Amino acid sequence: MIEQVAVSGLLMGLIYALVAVGLSLTWGVLDIINFAHGEYLMLSMYTAFWLYTLFNMDPYLSLPLAALLIFVIGYLNYKIVIKKVIDAPGLTALLATFGLSLLFRNLAQFFWTPNIRFISNTVVTDKKIELGSVVLGMPQLVAAIGSIIMVFVIYHFITKTKIGKAIQATAQDKNTARLMGINTEKIYALTLAIAGAAAGIAGSFMSTFYPVYPESGMMYGLLGFVIVALGGFGNIIGALYGGIIIGLAEAFGAYFLGTQFKYAVVFLIYLVVIQFKPRGLFGW
Amino acid sequence: MVQPMLQVDGVTMKFGSLVANNRVTFHVNKGEIVGLIGPNGAGKTTLFNCISGFYTPTEGRVVFRGTDITGMKPHLICRLGLTRTFQIVKPLKEMTVKENVMTGAFLHVNTRREAEESADEILEMTHLEDKRDQLAGSLTIADKKRLEVARALATRPDMLMLDEPMAGLNQTEVKEVMELCVSLKENGLTLMIVEHIMEGIMPIADRVVVLNAGEKIAEDVPEVVVNDENVIKAYLGERYHAQSKKS
Amino acid sequence: MVIIRDILKDQKKGIAALLVLIGLLPFLIQDNNFRHVMIMFVLFAALGQAWNIITGYAGQTSFGHAAFFGIGAYASTVLLWKFDVSPWIGMLVGGLIASLVACVVSYPCFKLSGHYFAIATLAIGEIMLQLFVSWEYVEGATGIMLPIKEKGLWNMQFHPANKLPYFYIIYLLFVLIVSIAYIIERSKMGFYLKAIRENPDAAMAIGIDTTKYKLYAMAVSAFLTAIVGSFYAQYVMYIDPFMVFALRISMQIVLLTVLGGLGNIFGPIIGSAILIFMSQYTRIILGGTGKGIDLILFGLLVVVMACYQPNGIVGLFRKFVAKRRREVGVHGAADVAG
Repeated sequence: MIEQVAVSGLLMGLIYALVAVGLSLTWGVLDIINFAHGEYLMLSMYTAFWLYTLFNMDPYLSLPLAALLIFVIGYLNYKIVIKKVIDAPGLTALLATFGLSLLFRNLAQFFWTPNIRFISNTVVTDKKIELGSVVLGMPQLVAAIGSIIMVFVIYHFITKTKIGKAIQATAQDKNTARLMGINTEKIYALTLAIAGAAAGIAGSFMSTFYPVYPESGMMYGLLGFVIVALGGFGNIIGALYGGIIIGLAEAFGAYFLGTQFKYAVVFLIYLVVIQFKPRGLFGW
Repeated sequence: MVQPMLQVDGVTMKFGSLVANNRVTFHVNKGEIVGLIGPNGAGKTTLFNCISGFYTPTEGRVVFRGTDITGMKPHLICRLGLTRTFQIVKPLKEMTVKENVMTGAFLHVNTRREAEESADEILEMTHLEDKRDQLAGSLTIADKKRLEVARALATRPDMLMLDEPMAGLNQTEVKEVMELCVSLKENGLTLMIVEHIMEGIMPIADRVVVLNAGEKIAEDVPEVVVNDENVIKAYLGERYHAQSKKS
Repeated sequence: MVIIRDILKDQKKGIAALLVLIGLLPFLIQDNNFRHVMIMFVLFAALGQAWNIITGYAGQTSFGHAAFFGIGAYASTVLLWKFDVSPWIGMLVGGLIASLVACVVSYPCFKLSGHYFAIATLAIGEIMLQLFVSWEYVEGATGIMLPIKEKGLWNMQFHPANKLPYFYIIYLLFVLIVSIAYIIERSKMGFYLKAIRENPDAAMAIGIDTTKYKLYAMAVSAFLTAIVGSFYAQYVMYIDPFMVFALRISMQIVLLTVLGGLGNIFGPIIGSAILIFMSQYTRIILGGTGKGIDLILFGLLVVVMACYQPNGIVGLFRKFVAKRRREVGVHGAADVAG
């Protein structure tokens, strides 16, 4: 039984990690906590849902479209809103993104009603794999594998490509980066777009097994903060470890204490960890 | 033997493997103006931070008026009578000049009226009284530095530690700061001043302590320090010193 | 224009005038619905003022104030329901508990930098929610129906059709909170809190025990938030954890205060007016629950404010006044200091 819990937690944790990576990059490069990050997830889930409902597209097929859409939304987010608050004191930026979160959630509710939707017939729905005593749902497994692949893709991009290094440079010291000829404006926009795309991909994966409704992204946004705080902002591998830890914590918390406590466990872990490691477990 | 007001004993400050202060020892007597000089990166501000409680020294002791203040929290050290200012001035921008000084005055009084009275006195002493209602954020740099000192004075210190009070000022302004320091000394205050501007600190200091690369390399009256070989070497570099000796 | 400028110059007069106006309106306008709206307006304005004390003055951003709101609501309700204690006493007890919890919980968090502290407060708020959802003694997720008691001031229960007494109670609390905020702002504590907010290092260097004062501010803020929570429970006669501990409430408090203007006594009043009246009247215009239009508008307003005028509406007003003053100065006798 325990192994089942652990594996479920691990799979969810990998998905959380992908969500958190985008948030971590945003935080590390722009020094902004994007309260609307969870909404990227929600929007991509709706994208997957509508493409499925209207055109019978399997979410795995519509994934690139969803990713692209949220990539664009992230980019626009930067250009229209975030750009204006990037140099403002911390609270202002938090509020701008929280306002966006409020806006997105309620626009979603306005246009698509608060009703919970499901994508009920994908290529992996209801399929399972059995490994010994552990049963893995196919949708979750694919999502987890897809997520960890994406995390490494992003990691590779950030550490090995020229643009990726420019992003790192900007994250460490934006003024010096500018002096070195890096167009920080473009970097900021790109970072937010990538963060969006990452969340978009995670959302597409999740839509194969998770209900779709306007508030669906909120909790993941919140968990994202905890994960980033644990992993250290700007630290992608940290986000991966953080995601896994939180996924496991949530699963074990639910198992030992009951599902109503699972988030309380996660938040408690956050409070305890930052006491001893104010910059996160692996923070800069 | 009268106990010195401030005794710094073997203070060492390490950041990981970087040694910013290395067994620095010196003292400041009551009523003195002691200058703390040294090339950039010598560790002067780090030493300030160690003395005033913003850092806890890795080794060594700091004793103020007989009390061991090593590692004590800054606000407690201020309460004991040792107040410091900052190299990069920290005015409370959204408050007026008078309100800034009042905030300092509240250390010893509790009501607004008393704080206002105290602040008024200090503003006169530091020639800021006609700017009293101006927002601190809108002052010139010279006035901001003056405000920094005024606010510190409002805490009624026995000893004041000034961190580069003359940096960025023109000649007239430097003279004003010098005059202020001397008049504070005449009023019974003890001063320790970090400074780069030699024309500003040498004429008014009773003694000067020189730091280089984290270590104290000289401690004496200004005339002696100015001619000290090690000091000249530290500021001008080995090669220049060797060259100037040759000629 | 001149009158308004005079009023704003002397904050005391301005506040007094505004308070009188707010106090008279529900008396003059007999509509029950309007009175309900006024009650919610004053309630949220009160919450904003209380929050302002820790965030606006001391600079420690709290996203978890619903925790104190909920503690207040539950404390007085449980005392009334299980021990027949008057809500007035229950209110004080709730306030004290909230203060205590606030100090214990925030003390280890003060050393955290801005973002981390904010998220920590959020975490605390969520933990509170989860705790109360699972706590059987207070009926968990089912919530508590407040027992009907003899009508009157002692039990803080009145005939539900008569909203006026409820209004005057929350109005009283509001006036109390505004007064406390005003007194703090002008006192030693106010100066110290503002110094801590602006520049904690400078504050320490002039003898301010930053931790002690942050704790004071937190204690006061939590206490006042809790007593409003107690009132809320008495007004709506039913509470459950999702009503009183929700992140939604914490964020509403944050948003309305910042919208109106942080660190300023008029701020929460203006912000609450916008929040409450907008939500009320979009409902009237669009019917039903207004389909969340009020929140869409509110979200939009918050984003626009954050981007263009982070000092809130009060900041906007100040800019306007300063501009007018400069214009007058150019044409009139110039009086440029220093």
